[in-house]
Amino acid sequence: MKVVGLGGRLRRTHDLNLEGGSHVAVSRRQFLRRLSRLAVAASVPAGLVQLGRSRRAARAAPAAAGQGRQWAMVIDLRKCEGCVTIDEPPQCTVACGETHHLRPQQPWLPVYEVATERGSYYQPTPCMQCENAPCVKVCPVGATYHDPTGVVLIDNQVCIGCRMCMAACPYGARTFNWTDPPETPGVTAEQYTPESSVPQRRGTVSKCMFCAHQAVAGRLPACAQGCPMDAIYFGDLVQDVATNGKELVRLSEFLGENHAYQLKPEYGTRPRVHYIAGHGEVFGRSLR
Amino acid sequence: MLKDEHRDHLLGMVLKTGRGYRLASGLLLAIAAWAVFAWTYQLRHGLAVTGLHDRIPWGIYIVAFVFFIGISHAGTLVSAILRLSGAEWRRPITRMAEVITAVALMMGAVMPLVDLGRPERILSVFTLGRLESPILWDLISIGTYLTGSLIYLYLPLIPDLAMLRDRLSDRVSPLQRWLYRTLALGWQDTPRQRQRLERVLGIMAILIIPIAVSVHTVVSWIFAMTVRPGWHSTVFGPYFVIGAIFSGIAGIITAMYVFRRIYRLEAFITRQHFVKLAYLMLTLNLAYIYFTFAEYLTIGYGFAPKEHLLLALLFTGPYAGAFWAFVVAGLVVPALVVALPWTRTIGGITIASVLVNVGMWLKRFVIVVPSQAAPQMPYEIVFYQPTWVEWSIMAGAVAGFMLLYITFARYFPIISIWEVAEAPTAAGVASSVIATPASASAIAAGVADD
Repeated sequence: MKVVGLGGRLRRTHDLNLEGGSHVAVSRRQFLRRLSRLAVAASVPAGLVQLGRSRRAARAAPAAAGQGRQWAMVIDLRKCEGCVTIDEPPQCTVACGETHHLRPQQPWLPVYEVATERGSYYQPTPCMQCENAPCVKVCPVGATYHDPTGVVLIDNQVCIGCRMCMAACPYGARTFNWTDPPETPGVTAEQYTPESSVPQRRGTVSKCMFCAHQAVAGRLPACAQGCPMDAIYFGDLVQDVATNGKELVRLSEFLGENHAYQLKPEYGTRPRVHYIAGHGEVFGRSLR
Repeated sequence: MLKDEHRDHLLGMVLKTGRGYRLASGLLLAIAAWAVFAWTYQLRHGLAVTGLHDRIPWGIYIVAFVFFIGISHAGTLVSAILRLSGAEWRRPITRMAEVITAVALMMGAVMPLVDLGRPERILSVFTLGRLESPILWDLISIGTYLTGSLIYLYLPLIPDLAMLRDRLSDRVSPLQRWLYRTLALGWQDTPRQRQRLERVLGIMAILIIPIAVSVHTVVSWIFAMTVRPGWHSTVFGPYFVIGAIFSGIAGIITAMYVFRRIYRLEAFITRQHFVKLAYLMLTLNLAYIYFTFAEYLTIGYGFAPKEHLLLALLFTGPYAGAFWAFVVAGLVVPALVVALPWTRTIGGITIASVLVNVGMWLKRFVIVVPSQAAPQMPYEIVFYQPTWVEWSIMAGAVAGFMLLYITFARYFPIISIWEVAEAPTAAGVASSVIATPASASAIAAGVADD
């Protein structure tokens, strides 16, 4: 377990019950309780559309944990400083890499420094879990697919390694195991599920999958837990709720009030990852 | 009818195994064996032994795939299109072209397999295949084309096999004798058999054209169905088909030159054949220049930063060498060589054809790689340098192609004997070998042509 020092407060990047530190943390049980409370409060008409979608998705797969959820992520760039202010590598990337036993040079959640005409900002970039996923469309064998919660998974026991999905992905979200994957202490090949993605397999593609194995257990993804700035919110479109482990927000309001945007919306991929612009940059349009 | 000496000359091609043949096949076999070793090395250590990485996941294996599938369009053009248009001069070169198609398709089909991360799972494309994936389109289209071109190669071979069976049975090894007898299917050259064969060939010629067009169209759609700059183009289908026929003709001309030299076929393949194919190649060359111009003008005219970045990579960036080599050596020079009368010799046309094939390989490289090198997200521009493993497999694929080709020519007549014999006297080029009173001078004219 890695402990990252941050301005006097201690923050566990790995622990799921975020109770260390001086700030208010939300435990897994609290998270679940609040989720259900908000579900009751959620407005019915808005939820119906989403429910229709999730029901259709649920038909496609056998009863699985997490059914009825439609996961989404919000990355609040107002809070993200790429961890340069704490002089650390991006902690979301680090937490993700440790959880999934990734090679440092092949992160699932790279943090890009985006240059603008007024300077630059940092953009953590996981898999967008597109609702219209180009990667899912081109896969010749159905090795990559949507699970009932809308997350795009890869079954590395089926993947033939043609890398057409990598050619098709407009976000560069996919990585390939060019060689044998790193050691996965404590996890054997028999324990592999597409939800956990561990251990990886040589000659197959892998990527971020919203920590699907943790989400069904009511735990935040590793990146959200690892972020010292609480910039990453994770939630459910059906229940219209999201949390960064510290505060709970009504997802639709949070997105609307903060003018959230998606990456490359012009491709019609309908990403499940939303960004909130910060640091005074102007997004999506030229300054001229 | 064909004069006896000429028929014997053509039949005799399968009897000769000179030192040159053994030397060439030994060398090619060595290169192919080295490539097989490189592949086993890759299988042992994973695709990490290539220069590929997450940003550029497709490299020269995919380039070679497109290259070979392109060359395979040679057979269709000469055999089917020229057959349907009644171009009688095609007769001495149809077989050569049809063999190119079959052999190039086989090599082309191997390349994606080499590229796979888990080649042992290849059969799951049949059990789990999704029709929504362009890869399935390729599988179906190329599979159909390979089957069709093998049939189209085999059918017109039957009368020749019967001829080999009947005339050479005492001069070939028992294995060859058995091969000819079995494959000839009891052909007796009756008028009824002839009529049936002609009919089937007519049907095949029509069927094979749309299949061939579909093949290089869906190869292009592997790229065009993504949203990457330079790939996502509606013109890609026809652009690739034209390029395929272009490189296919260049392939035939090169093969024609080689076999003409080896088997002393000057009486059958004259300068006329080179010139006529060169004119066809020039037509396709100009069409390809047109498509290339239209493609890059459309990309460059707007203001899209990513497309401009791609053009910068191609025109002045790290891929400028390959791009301009393609434009100059692969398009402009071959067009000039063929267009200018004083370079339009057999030698000049052959050099132009080799340039076209090299140029088209480079073109496929600048199609496949730079569109991946142009960053999708705000990361640095990345590069791709093929490793010795990739170059070895590329060289082995070319060697394997040649090896299969000369092995075919070793055991089967590389000129369709019965089709040449049937050529109408008025067919012009073939007349030199037809037994007419003027034949002696015609042969002299044919030989003197080069």
